[in-house]
Amino acid sequence: MSGATLTADAGVADEQRAALFDYLLRLGDDALILSQQLSEWCGHAPVLEVDLSLANIALDLLGQSTLLLDAAAKIEGGTRDADALAFHRDVLAFRNCLMVEQPNGDFAQTITRQFLYSAFQAPYFAQLTASTYTPLAEIAAKALKEVTYHADLAAEWVIRLGDGTYESRQRMLDGLDWHWRFVDELFDMDAIESGLAAAGIAPDRAALRAEFDAKVAQVLSDATLPAPEYPRATRGGRVGHHSEHLGHLLAVMQFLPRTYPDAEW
Amino acid sequence: MDASAIMAVLEGVPDPEIPVVSVVDLGIVRGLRDGEGERSPAVLITPTYTGCPATLAIEMSIRAALDGAGFGDVRVDTVLSPAWTTDWISDRGREQLKAYGIAPPPKGANARSLNAQPAECPRCGSHDTREISRFGSTPCKALWQCNDCHEPFDLFKCH
Repeated sequence: MSGATLTADAGVADEQRAALFDYLLRLGDDALILSQQLSEWCGHAPVLEVDLSLANIALDLLGQSTLLLDAAAKIEGGTRDADALAFHRDVLAFRNCLMVEQPNGDFAQTITRQFLYSAFQAPYFAQLTASTYTPLAEIAAKALKEVTYHADLAAEWVIRLGDGTYESRQRMLDGLDWHWRFVDELFDMDAIESGLAAAGIAPDRAALRAEFDAKVAQVLSDATLPAPEYPRATRGGRVGHHSEHLGHLLAVMQFLPRTYPDAEW
Repeated sequence: MDASAIMAVLEGVPDPEIPVVSVVDLGIVRGLRDGEGERSPAVLITPTYTGCPATLAIEMSIRAALDGAGFGDVRVDTVLSPAWTTDWISDRGREQLKAYGIAPPPKGANARSLNAQPAECPRCGSHDTREISRFGSTPCKALWQCNDCHEPFDLFKCH
């Protein structure tokens, strides 16, 4: 997929290149790490329908990360390509948010993570289609259709499990309790993204919080689940301060290309 | 560049996962670009889903078909925009899907909301059908079942 025609230099000022590179890593790493987590369900999901769903969502996200990391590599303008960025970076250089690196736990915990992340990603990518950086707008337009599907599927499962049995409801409550502290980070703006937002390249994450809250409140209400509360948000992924889970994930994901750098299928 | 000869070659290239439909009828081939100066002529293709594993296989089979027909100087370039939609599947492609046992995707943006309308069973034509699984054997398909003839079938998702 590295053959995609991306005009890397279109409308990017020199002083924005470092910020844009970092930003593309954030988007690409979110998709890559979530994809890797979801792919661990392949062959292990509770029923066949779910096995297919999670594997296909993982595949969509892997495709998105390929495009985004390819765009990042082109902006960097060096010798690294998307594969090098995925497989030959150390944990501190990853820029994904903390939510996507959280362990799968049980099915309810995985679905909670997917529901919260997709409920953020869908409106965010809808805004991203208007990016003044054309390659990014094109990737967002393509990914948005997939993400909308993920968001609908995850929301249906939240309702089914939350409004299901005592056991499934309890597990959903535990899943929300685990993941809610990572929600705020999804909407954090910093100097890097504020500058890109001012240039029309990146959306303003903070401006999307109200829409996210309304969507989550509606689905949780349908699922007869209480609104989650957590006293203190946990953040740090965007600057490389990750939980222990990411290192373990990368060890599995990067083992082969690092051990056999010239390996080919 | 002999556009009609190139298109004839492309119409003979099947989709690797749904081999009864050509890459042209699936809307994967977006057009031809004339060569200018240093720039070679090119076939423009677009991926269906971003993660579709068939994308590379499609590019390789188009490459092989072009080379085999003496169009070795024609490039194969991937474009992302505008994003692929199932509305680009031709009427012929829809008939071929149906004959193959896959319900073709509904046309138009209104059909995009999930389960907006029951799929038509490709075997008996009944509209009394239900979704079994949101995803099927590939990202582009969902699994449905007919309530009349009881056969399960794939639905090409509206995308």
